[in-house]
Amino acid sequence: MQHYNMDLTLKVWRQQNRNAQGGFETYQVKDISSEMSFLEMIDVLNEKLIHEGGDPIAFDHDCREGICGTCSMVIDGRPHGPWKGTTTCQLHMRAFKNGETIVIEPFRANSFPVLKDLVVDRKAFDRIIQAGGFISVNTGNAVDGNAIPIDKDDADNSFAAASCIGCGACVAACKNSSAMLFVSAKVSHLALLPQGAPEKSTRVAAMVDQMDKEGFGSCTNTYACEAECPKEISVMNIARLNREYLASSFNADK
Amino acid sequence: MPDAKIPAGPLETKWTKYKSSVRLVNPSNKRKIEVIVVGTGLAGASAAASLGELGYKVKAFCYQDSPRRAHSIAAQGGINAAKNYQNDGDSVYRLFYDTIKGGDYRAREANVYRLAEVSNNIIDQCVAQGVPFAREYGGLLSNRSFGGTQVQRTFYAAGQTGQQLLIGAYQAMERQVALGTVEMFSRHEMLEVVVIDGKARGIITRDLVTGKVERHFGHAVLLCTGGYGNVFYLSTNAMGCNVTAAWKAHRQGAYFANPCFTQIHPTCIPVSGDHQSKLTLMSESLRNDGRIWVPKKQGDNRIATEIPEDERDYFLERRYPAFGNLVPRDVASRAAKERCDAGHGVGTSKQAVFLDFADAIQRYGKAEVSKRNLGQVDAVSVTQLGKEVIKEKYGNLFDMYEKITGENPYVVPMRIYPAVHYTMGGLWVDYELMTTVTGLYCLGEANFSEHGANRLGASALMQGLADGYFVIPYTIGNYLADEVGKSHISIDHPGFMEAEKKVSKHLAELMKINGKQSVESFHKRLGKIMWDKCGMARNAEGLKQAIQEIRALKKEFWSDLRIPGKIDEMNPELDKAGRVADFLELGELMCIDALERNESCGGHFREEYQTSEGEALRDDAGYMHVAQWEYFHDQWKLHKEPLNYEVVKPSQRSYK
Amino acid sequence: MALTGIFLIVFLLVHCYVNANVFFSHGEENFNRAAHFMGTNILVRIAEIGLFAGFILHIIQGYKLELSNRAKRSSKYAVTAGNKTSTWYSRSMALLGTLILLFLIIHLVHFWVPSRFGGLTEVNYDGKSVLNLYGRMKDVFSQEWVIIVYLLGCFSLAWHLLHGFQSAFQTMGWNHKKYTPLIHSMGVVFSVVVPLIFALMPLFMYFGWEIPVGELTLLF
Repeated sequence: MQHYNMDLTLKVWRQQNRNAQGGFETYQVKDISSEMSFLEMIDVLNEKLIHEGGDPIAFDHDCREGICGTCSMVIDGRPHGPWKGTTTCQLHMRAFKNGETIVIEPFRANSFPVLKDLVVDRKAFDRIIQAGGFISVNTGNAVDGNAIPIDKDDADNSFAAASCIGCGACVAACKNSSAMLFVSAKVSHLALLPQGAPEKSTRVAAMVDQMDKEGFGSCTNTYACEAECPKEISVMNIARLNREYLASSFNADK
Repeated sequence: MPDAKIPAGPLETKWTKYKSSVRLVNPSNKRKIEVIVVGTGLAGASAAASLGELGYKVKAFCYQDSPRRAHSIAAQGGINAAKNYQNDGDSVYRLFYDTIKGGDYRAREANVYRLAEVSNNIIDQCVAQGVPFAREYGGLLSNRSFGGTQVQRTFYAAGQTGQQLLIGAYQAMERQVALGTVEMFSRHEMLEVVVIDGKARGIITRDLVTGKVERHFGHAVLLCTGGYGNVFYLSTNAMGCNVTAAWKAHRQGAYFANPCFTQIHPTCIPVSGDHQSKLTLMSESLRNDGRIWVPKKQGDNRIATEIPEDERDYFLERRYPAFGNLVPRDVASRAAKERCDAGHGVGTSKQAVFLDFADAIQRYGKAEVSKRNLGQVDAVSVTQLGKEVIKEKYGNLFDMYEKITGENPYVVPMRIYPAVHYTMGGLWVDYELMTTVTGLYCLGEANFSEHGANRLGASALMQGLADGYFVIPYTIGNYLADEVGKSHISIDHPGFMEAEKKVSKHLAELMKINGKQSVESFHKRLGKIMWDKCGMARNAEGLKQAIQEIRALKKEFWSDLRIPGKIDEMNPELDKAGRVADFLELGELMCIDALERNESCGGHFREEYQTSEGEALRDDAGYMHVAQWEYFHDQWKLHKEPLNYEVVKPSQRSYK
Repeated sequence: MALTGIFLIVFLLVHCYVNANVFFSHGEENFNRAAHFMGTNILVRIAEIGLFAGFILHIIQGYKLELSNRAKRSSKYAVTAGNKTSTWYSRSMALLGTLILLFLIIHLVHFWVPSRFGGLTEVNYDGKSVLNLYGRMKDVFSQEWVIIVYLLGCFSLAWHLLHGFQSAFQTMGWNHKKYTPLIHSMGVVFSVVVPLIFALMPLFMYFGWEIPVGELTLLF
């Protein structure tokens, strides 16, 4: 792999706080190594801004290894940037060429209000989990881990859904700001396991209800969410949610 | 010397006896008792959930935007438990023994035994919560092996075990939030412990969105705030991981134990340049199939595939024929450093060794040929088949490596180098997990824990969840039983007001330095001092220099730091500045501790104390103790908790 | 959306089947008889009310959904991913639907209104007098602008169906590892073939093409 350096123009969304009017600012960065991660490139810009007496760009990030789901940003119209199945923190500057202009925006959705610059509030996701994204088992109630065998395919599918990192890229990518991929991943994760089955009917109804209350849009199956999901969660999960939801609404006992 | 409160009696019955005799709080009283939990990783989330389920009123805090993002999430490999599902001779005793030995005989027997005992309950609990562990075709749980053990006791969920366990604990906690027993405060950082009449009674926090400083009361305070590996600047920790909560507690009287015990993980992606902000781990499981080597010739610049077999030095296999590439982490890391220091390092930085899968690809390829009955097959097809097997086992790790380095590890060997990964040291706690401040508890990586001087793979997740799910719900009752009937202390109490004033003053002082250099630049420089002089190998001379350099850096920090923005707004630079200020103090203590411990053990390697073959040389007569540091106005006083081995006989660790 | 969509898909199938009479010799009589049956049978008339309800519901739901979804993002992106992550027609269902609605109004004015409220000549088959809808088609499809409008209508319908067909199945939760690819292929075939058949009708009429057959009767 040939390493190279590049000069870039960055158009970055700046917004002082939740209520302030935001807008784009343009910055130049020089000698960016192709080996840097995208966030390290922003670090370089921030160091420069601080050195010049300016205000650094606020952005969410933490583990920087693609698993915590903190980092966000929409890079040239793409949540988490141009690489498939990759979070912003794992995106590297090899993805860009010398002289390019990159537009960086926050995840935009009314349910994800901007707190500052590129930082958004994703508490709505926590509230959706509170509505039913769990199995009701108190500590100490459990039977032996091998007491209930689980079909390997079910376990694997459940795991695939559970690999959702809750970053919100699905909402950011969706033209409707729908959270269906996130909610369906959790519904699938739990509904596919025998431990989660007893509550599946109430769970799906409560979670969908909360999702609507939070002001996320409706799914129109454009599948942009799946294309942008850094963990490549499948829209099969959305179909499963729809199925569970329909079944739940026909369940006379609930 | 504080009492470790280890129950009397034989090792096997200590915990059972403790549980059946510990004082209880009745359900109606639990509702009146408030508990503060700081940090929502495995230890914090599991504690908050369990205490909420018991009926306590819990307030949980995390600096992240959601409790689900705590860095426990990044653990890849797995979680140990003595289930013996594989019928390979595992038992509670063996898990206990491996952990004590792996920790180089610097952990407390009673605590480690309890950990091994509850390990089985953890797996059961997690399965019940819906953690999608890997399973066999028969539907039963799957296990794999990890370094430093000879049984298969590691449960896993592909390469995301930490994530799945954390999501389990997070969901259990969110369930309590919905039920109203837990109140969650995300994007809040704890900046002070409030101690009133000698007891921890609450905390002072800063809302990281509005900048508002707040007071919170609790009958007890639990710190579950993780490790301090970020003192090295470059580590596998998340960017936000910090020592601040533990450090504030330390300054309020909580002893800090074994601060110099840090774990350097051997298989991380090497530093690529000065811009590097953090390091990424490649799971230990890769060492099951990858062979580690360097060129025999110094300064060999040929690409790996052009170096013939007889010019390669498989140094782990050479030095440790019995365990080979699966020696414990501390041993593997030091061996890699030794080779690089001797001029055999590879890559542009020369600070890396190869982790090569070529042999494994051939081996698996041939196995596939016979498994599928393919008969005569050309070499290219064998390689292809082998690559497919490797992809199935490690695909996600190989992809991650390629994303970061731009190199294809199926074709060229990975380049790896050790990096700071975990800190065994932390706040000193007794058997009940209480620190030396009454009513202040410390759980998970943040305490000095059960790992002694070196942690074995897949044991961190086990400890975090053991503390939160199965230890604290019992031990906290023993203290809170006395608190029944004691009313809620108003947050307008002078103790709270003073603590808040102190925090505000500290923040204002940071802001008004108004110098020129960024927090990041100070942190980087501190990290370099720590890595060079208090890292994988230490010596008295270097440590003394480091102490001087850190003191000078601290002075510079307090006179030339620049923090843009204001206090009463979202200000990530201010957040970082507070953390680095504490790291500067911790760094000094780590060096003091490392200098004080005149022996080598586990992750602490003093160059003066090694065998003729370059192995760690312990001094059991002089240092078989926990070093407990008490804080006195930027100075420390050392206390020692002797470690009594009643069951295990300490011996020289050998992996040859 | 999905339920009404599937209902309308079924209608398209029936409509297409009946109208396909016009492609063949003897088409005039066959088609007029079929149209007469559809226009006078009490069950079909009741179904027609259902059909209108289906259309209206689908249209109202569609617009409500579009408006509500648009309101969920007040601050718009400066750059969007465009076709990199989703197809233009999946994002343009409201636009395509509006085009189809415009077409539908014209279409109703051309055929449904006169057949219900008068204005058509009659023909006599075996002593039974029926409306000469075939004649109406001949008239209407003699104008070039009408041909163009109908072709555009069918074109919009094709793209609308291309997304709508499989989307309806997804929304109903009928997604299956094995059968979903089949549904997708069926959807593509349906979305191409049905609008194509519709599009051919005005062309056949305009150019006076017909497919010679013996005594073929498609219906009745």
